[in-house]
Amino acid sequence: MLRATDITVRFGGVRAIENVSMALQRTEILGLIGPNGAGKTTMVNVLSGFQQPHQGSVTLAGEKTGPLRADRLARSGVVRTFQAVRLFPGLTVSENLEVGLGSRGLGRAAARRRAAELLDYMGLAARAHMPGNALSYGEERRVGIARALALQPNFLLLDEPAAGLNIGEAEALGDLIRRIRADFGCGVLVIEHNMKLVMGLCERLHVLASGRTIAEGSPADVFRDTAFRSAYLGAEPA
Amino acid sequence: MIDPAQILIDAVSVGGLYALTALGIGLIFSVMRLANFAHAELVTVAAYMLFAFSGSPVAVAILVAIAAAVLLALATERIAFRPLRGADSATLLISSFAVSMFLQKLLVFLVGSRPKALDPLPALSRTVSIGSLQVSALKLVTIVVCLTLLAALTAFLKWTRFGLQMRASAENFTMSRLLGVRANAVIAIAFGLSGLLAAVVAVLFAAQSGFVQPRFGVQIVIIAFVATVIGGLGNLFGAAVGGFFVGVVTILLQAFLPAELRPFREAFLFVIVIAILLFRPQGLFPARNLKERV
Repeated sequence: MLRATDITVRFGGVRAIENVSMALQRTEILGLIGPNGAGKTTMVNVLSGFQQPHQGSVTLAGEKTGPLRADRLARSGVVRTFQAVRLFPGLTVSENLEVGLGSRGLGRAAARRRAAELLDYMGLAARAHMPGNALSYGEERRVGIARALALQPNFLLLDEPAAGLNIGEAEALGDLIRRIRADFGCGVLVIEHNMKLVMGLCERLHVLASGRTIAEGSPADVFRDTAFRSAYLGAEPA
Repeated sequence: MIDPAQILIDAVSVGGLYALTALGIGLIFSVMRLANFAHAELVTVAAYMLFAFSGSPVAVAILVAIAAAVLLALATERIAFRPLRGADSATLLISSFAVSMFLQKLLVFLVGSRPKALDPLPALSRTVSIGSLQVSALKLVTIVVCLTLLAALTAFLKWTRFGLQMRASAENFTMSRLLGVRANAVIAIAFGLSGLLAAVVAVLFAAQSGFVQPRFGVQIVIIAFVATVIGGLGNLFGAAVGGFFVGVVTILLQAFLPAELRPFREAFLFVIVIAILLFRPQGLFPARNLKERV
């Protein structure tokens, strides 16, 4: 289990995250939702070891993760993607995956074979030897996920994977995330604004607004919650 | 009468040394955005090791020089630069000046500032004839060694796991860490390689110049810095091209400037550099992602 307890993060005087706790199980798909500026990406930064919280702690399988060891967390299976995919533009698509495979201990030849398998799994086999900056937007996003899978994640943190995708592509992405959970046996945390995708995909939701937890539970429960409705959907407060 | 083939050989042998030096600097810059002026002292210390071991077999002296430069490179990283990891580029630059000055003055203190004569590669101080051409064996060996090392470095970066991680780190260090790349390992390998390149340059340059003094490395590193800037800081291919470019320009100036202007060769070289940077401020081959932050 990947667990964050009583996390507070400040930027200057602004509290981006205040006293937020959440846990991600090995087999669940958790939706992290909330309005823009709610602190969702900051929370993922904390969970992935990229942002050091000012208060609170992150534990992986009960062990506290040290300060700013993003590389070690990645090797121990906590892997994230970004809103902007950030492929290495000068590396081929295959090499983009091989970087992570190398840090999981594979030599170049083995890494290349595994990268080919992963790209095949993502339906990107034909793109393996193209440069990282020559892909379409949708393809780039899938390579970003493939690159995360190369690290054999136990916990996969996806930051707005469906941003910019059309309805059909977003549905396909939902199916893909379910397949990934089944095939890789990892817990998935998804930051997502597309409510249809969230409702269909996530077993549990965690809602942030202005850096605080305002609701959590099953999608059905959360959608009935008045705090959620006023903060997120803009409904009149009851 | 100036033979074009002779000029070419001169240009490539001089350019090759600049290219290897520029690559040593470029490797460090690309992974940690440090313009390492202390690279000069890696060259200098390696040359002093050649001097100190001039009674030993050539191979032993060269191995000692390489070991010393690699160890010194790793030590400067561990002691001076690792604590500043992630600091502003300007801070890193100034600290590399400090390391450079410290080592230089330490050498003056230990061995004095007077030049010491050395001849690390005595077997090469002869000429060989290629057709009608009389070529110094040292220049030919310099060319072969430089091109071999360039090829080996390219193969390392292209075909090995650490080479790939180094390329990824050069493009986006934060992203590569998030993919599990060990920052300390990649940076240590970069420093080790830069020490190796510095030692090779020291051997070839000492054989050419015939003496070593505490500012031995500075002469070549200053020019190599210009080469990395022309090539595009952070781009290794650009660094190598910049090195050869500066070598070619230097030799052409040497060959074609009127005799009374030759002492001012460097001034002309730098005018050309300024002109290039006016039109290509990022260098000929700008590095990608130089400013990107996650």
